[in-house]
Amino acid sequence: MEITNARYVITDPSENVANLIEATIDGEVWDIPLTVGNRFYDEIMRQVDAGTLTIAEAE
Amino acid sequence: MSELKLQGGSSGSSTYIIQGGAGDTNRTFTLPNVADTTISSIRDRRPENLLINGGMNVWQRATSQASISSTSTDGYVTADRWETYNNSLGTWTQSQSTDVPSGQGFGYSLKMDCTTADASPAAGDELVIIQKIEAQNLQHLLFGTSSAKSITLSFWVKSNKTGTYIINLVRTDVSNRHISKSYTISSADTWEKKEITFDGDTTNAIANDNGRGIDFNFYLAAGSNYTSGTLATSWEALTTANRAVGQVNLADSTSNEWYMTGCQLEVGDTATDFQFEPYETVLRKCQRYFWYGEISGAATADNDYNKNYMGNSFPVTMRDTPGITRVSGALVGHGGFNADETTRVTKDSVTVGWSGSNYRDIGAAGHQILKADAEL
Repeated sequence: MEITNARYVITDPSENVANLIEATIDGEVWDIPLTVGNRFYDEIMRQVDAGTLTIAEAE
Repeated sequence: MSELKLQGGSSGSSTYIIQGGAGDTNRTFTLPNVADTTISSIRDRRPENLLINGGMNVWQRATSQASISSTSTDGYVTADRWETYNNSLGTWTQSQSTDVPSGQGFGYSLKMDCTTADASPAAGDELVIIQKIEAQNLQHLLFGTSSAKSITLSFWVKSNKTGTYIINLVRTDVSNRHISKSYTISSADTWEKKEITFDGDTTNAIANDNGRGIDFNFYLAAGSNYTSGTLATSWEALTTANRAVGQVNLADSTSNEWYMTGCQLEVGDTATDFQFEPYETVLRKCQRYFWYGEISGAATADNDYNKNYMGNSFPVTMRDTPGITRVSGALVGHGGFNADETTRVTKDSVTVGWSGSNYRDIGAAGHQILKADAEL
């Protein structure tokens, strides 16, 4: 699974807390819930822990 | 209660005929060669296939995917619930095929076609077709107890490449335990039905949750990291070298093809006939893990006309909160819209927000094609 351009997204500005990660996965842009057990989220966190991926802060 | 005794054959199942009345046809029923079987117990004993889409009915993503060459191009690419893992072992086209075993009732098979060969795999290379079964659907196997039940896998397979193939089961939910069994493709280019029984695992229960219970790995090729040990024919702690010992290299020629259909996993040590299900039943089962569909909505008044929403409920509750990707869409109205973000997603529904430019956008309609992925 090739993951690039990962960044946190705030979908409800009133909360000001990121609740998704947007990332390009194998060439498609996905919105990923911050849910352990979602295979994309788990892989993103695995790559972050391995130091091979960085998630940009929300804009 | 009266009792009627019928004499059965000396072995195998027995078929009985109830003669029809005048102008009516005969009725037949068959009893299996199992002690104490009653007709009522047969009625209650509906075979349960623990695999989903074993008949290769549902293809929501695509019916063909070329250039599967690495872990960046593999994954869930065609038939629902069937994942491909290709760690640099040849290049493949996976597709829906109408080449099926004759007279069995299947419409499609899953085909793997080698387009770039790899006759000398590196040690860590492997090519596997996988189905991961949700843990909470396996509780009745009683794994982790002395009453752990055997499970039997049956499937139809065909390849020009004869020889030994490996099926490796891995339990990732508790402590990475595994077991492997081999099967042999005996005749080139001929459909063969295989039946393989795996013992129950008396060590460690399967977690009762929505995570991975057992991964079924159909090996097609593997490097020495997976073949250099002794095949794990009993459950043991996961030992990579024992996973695929003896596996042929299906990737050694671009002439190689491999087909599979009619996959069924049942509790017990006996394979029964494949349980055919209506398409919509299989589709709904698949949609718990992946949904490819459309949402629609209309722009409504907003304080500054710059944010509107459309959403839909998923047809079934998904396994977990899915990832969302927007495939395509159109917005019909006075223009100025951009579907720009997933604003809310749960296991049951998704909402997408889009931006308008001014009051003229109110009432504009839009739709989006989405993919929602909650695969294991």
